[in-house]
Amino acid sequence: MTAVRRGLEPLIPALRRFARALSRDAETADDLVQDTLVRALRAEHLFHGGDLRTWLFTILLNLDRNRRRGLSRRPILTVIEDADPPAEPGSDGTGRDIERGLSLLPPEQREVLLLVALEGMSYREAADVQGVPIGTVMSRLSRARTTLRTHVDGELPKLRSVP
Amino acid sequence: MADATITEDELHAYADGFLPADRLAAAEAFLAANPAEAARVAEWRAQAAALRERFGPVADEPLPERLQIDNIALRASGLRRKIAIAASIALIVGATVGWFANDYFKIPTQNQMARALADAALEAHRLYINEVRHPIEVRANEAHLLPWLSRRVGSQVKAPDLGDEGYKLLGGRLLPGSRGPAALIMYEGQGGERVTITCVRSASNERSNFKWRQMGDIGALAWIDAGLGFVVAGPADRDKLDRIARSVYAAYELPADRK
Repeated sequence: MTAVRRGLEPLIPALRRFARALSRDAETADDLVQDTLVRALRAEHLFHGGDLRTWLFTILLNLDRNRRRGLSRRPILTVIEDADPPAEPGSDGTGRDIERGLSLLPPEQREVLLLVALEGMSYREAADVQGVPIGTVMSRLSRARTTLRTHVDGELPKLRSVP
Repeated sequence: MADATITEDELHAYADGFLPADRLAAAEAFLAANPAEAARVAEWRAQAAALRERFGPVADEPLPERLQIDNIALRASGLRRKIAIAASIALIVGATVGWFANDYFKIPTQNQMARALADAALEAHRLYINEVRHPIEVRANEAHLLPWLSRRVGSQVKAPDLGDEGYKLLGGRLLPGSRGPAALIMYEGQGGERVTITCVRSASNERSNFKWRQMGDIGALAWIDAGLGFVVAGPADRDKLDRIARSVYAAYELPADRK
């Protein structure tokens, strides 16, 4: 088994999580992850060290952009809100609200927010994944958080003070 | 005092846990003095918590089969794609050669087509010979095997007797192609080794020579004749495969109603 293949395997769950949040559709998300992994293995000769995780997320984002570009050319209606499976047991309305909030964000802002807040990437890593300067990441993140606040205000649990 | 000013970026870093330790005290002092800013930071954290609560469990779900690394590796190797285009293990009994050629060469010569055909069949052969439980779709003792394959391929498919070479007919399967189906006939030797004949219809009636291809311990002979493309694949014993290929060739030379 090659080094890339060995390194790839433990990253699959995180890729799924990210893709699911990105697309809010389980099937689409797994398609993205599958294509990402296949591409990574086919192109492993192009990977010369560096951060495997960053590289994989970069591939996934590029595929997602291609996918969305493809969709926008086709006269297909996707009902995002209804495409999801019911919320997992035990989750309250928050999950749905955050999904709705995500769906309202421009893609680049959604990507940054998920890379940082869901995947725990540093701003530097997020910048590498998106291929933009770190300042762009910061402004996207800031706008994402502001937009999300506007849209889900009153639905997220209100915090009265900072602990 | 410049130090006491907390930038917007620093606020995000604070919310995300990335603020350097030497700025923490300043950030906390700033937030204590600015409740509106503190509320923003709290909300960002709540957003992040909601994201993790909603999507975090996805990482704990069992991986579907198609995302398991072995299947990914198989896909990445191109085997599946080639099977979809090509044929498989033993003796290739008939489909369109233009069908193979299309994917490999724009304006192929007969010899190029035969080579491409062999390469495609080799890949498929490799996959199916290792299939213990379902190497074939229809067993040899089912009377509809050859009529079925012939009907689908659109040309008479034959399964020559390879008993002299020590091979027993196992059965056959149909393989998908962009221009039409290909038939795969599989034989098995005493030691469990397998030989396949793949047959696809060819776009032309020209003949090619026998083309030899080898991939590791598997070899294939491919040729085009009388509107059909053939590939015989099996253990890389050139002489043996040559004899098998000649048996196949001979079987197809006979008028259809006599074999």
